[in-house]
Amino acid sequence: MAYSDKVIDHYNNPRNMGSLDKKDKKVGTGVVGAPECGDVMKLQLKISGGVIEDARFKTFGCGSAIASSSLATEWVKGKTLDEAFQIKNTEIVNELNLPPVKIHCSVLAEDAIKAAISDYKKKNETE
Amino acid sequence: MLKFPIFMDYHSTTPVDPRVLETMLPYFSEKFGNAASKNHAFGWDAEEAVAKAREQIAHLISCNPKEIVFTSGATESDNLALKGVAGMYREKGNHIITAVTEHKAILDTAKRLEKEGFEITYLPVDSEGLINLETLKAAITDQTLLISIMLANNEIGVIQPIAEIGRIAKERRVLFHCDATQGVGKIPVNVDEMGIDLMSFSAHKIYGPKGVGGLYVRRKKPRVRLLAMMDGGGHERGMRSGTLNVPGIVGLGEACAIAEREMAEEEQRLMKMRNELQNHIMNELDEVYINGHPEKRLAQNLNISFAYVEGESLMMGLKEIALSSGSACTTATLEPSYVLRALGVGSDLAHSSLRFGLGRFTTDAEIDYVGKRVVEAVTRLREMSPLYEMAKEGIDLKSVQWTEH
Repeated sequence: MAYSDKVIDHYNNPRNMGSLDKKDKKVGTGVVGAPECGDVMKLQLKISGGVIEDARFKTFGCGSAIASSSLATEWVKGKTLDEAFQIKNTEIVNELNLPPVKIHCSVLAEDAIKAAISDYKKKNETE
Repeated sequence: MLKFPIFMDYHSTTPVDPRVLETMLPYFSEKFGNAASKNHAFGWDAEEAVAKAREQIAHLISCNPKEIVFTSGATESDNLALKGVAGMYREKGNHIITAVTEHKAILDTAKRLEKEGFEITYLPVDSEGLINLETLKAAITDQTLLISIMLANNEIGVIQPIAEIGRIAKERRVLFHCDATQGVGKIPVNVDEMGIDLMSFSAHKIYGPKGVGGLYVRRKKPRVRLLAMMDGGGHERGMRSGTLNVPGIVGLGEACAIAEREMAEEEQRLMKMRNELQNHIMNELDEVYINGHPEKRLAQNLNISFAYVEGESLMMGLKEIALSSGSACTTATLEPSYVLRALGVGSDLAHSSLRFGLGRFTTDAEIDYVGKRVVEAVTRLREMSPLYEMAKEGIDLKSVQWTEH
């Protein structure tokens, strides 16, 4: 499989790889995918005043999955929760030139953002 | 001095040995005759060359040269064996036995025969990749025409108990076909001692050219007959019509002769290298699992699963090394290796597997380098893996509610 230069760049130089403290109330964590399917993404967002001030990812999966999640962390930083919620997987597909068989990687990244946001909201509504 | 990329995928194919190439060259140009031309020197030269190749092959597998049918490769040989027997002996029965870990050339052919009304039994394998002989015995019925079991598996290198299977087939008067594509030229094969009636092999897996292979077809005790798939001039005892690929056949013959001379030494050398690579990886990484039987496997093969790391991304991190993976992402079907799944390897670990195939031109320096790079790449990807992090936190990954997609 030939990868686009952007996928290779994210694979070689992943942005924001790592973890945030999942117990921190400001941190929303989304884990999506399944090991049996060959990809699992963990995306964490640190939110302050409704704005995403930091993001981290860890991904088990192919190069396109790693690149999709790495790109997602770049894109969400500085966005409000509503803005981040609007990110569409098709934008990730276009940015990374993903072939049809890798579209599910971008879907997973979109799902991870949404899962992290909803985790954050759940944590903070039960005050 | 290392040369890049490093080829460590010798199960997929092999380069033509320069000695093989040299013997082939005259048969492209000055000795270009048709081996079926009986009336002039061009034809005689070609026929003589083909006869010599037949002898070289026959010597390697201990058969009569007349029992070799040349084909375009092992896929054609597998097709001819299964469809040829099914078509010829249709009145005697409709049942064929094979195994779940066979090559697609067998499995897809068996599926085709199923559509035509044949019954196929797919024997399971144990966690080390071996079939159970009692299960095989129990599967034979009075309708069984053929047992088809491979010698060595292309993914995990596991070597089946061929001589025992041959004995069972003889006892029950069932024909025995063996897909020996990965075994011929690497381990000793004797069709009489192993009770083999039909056997597929290919040149390009043993340092010969692509596009040529053969099918051994027993002529005595029993005399095996096949319904030909190709109609034409009645070449190859009527079993495979078509002008013989003389340069290819010459190459196949020479490849067999070299294999026969060097097999024992080569096996020892490659086993030592393979073990070194294996030890290097196992000593430096935790949670790596060898797929397939620890001893009953080819010296050239190493198939390992690296838990918490996905195979395709691992290969991406090892792009200067030509390897193969059981990861779904490397196939068109998006399913992980059916061979590893048949061993009971979980989908997660099947996705995490790499197949190393060593061969004649593998060097110690390459083994060193590959071991080092694999450890590096796995370590880096584990740092990036949420699964590794969770496992280190003591979370049982099997108990997690994953979101299937």
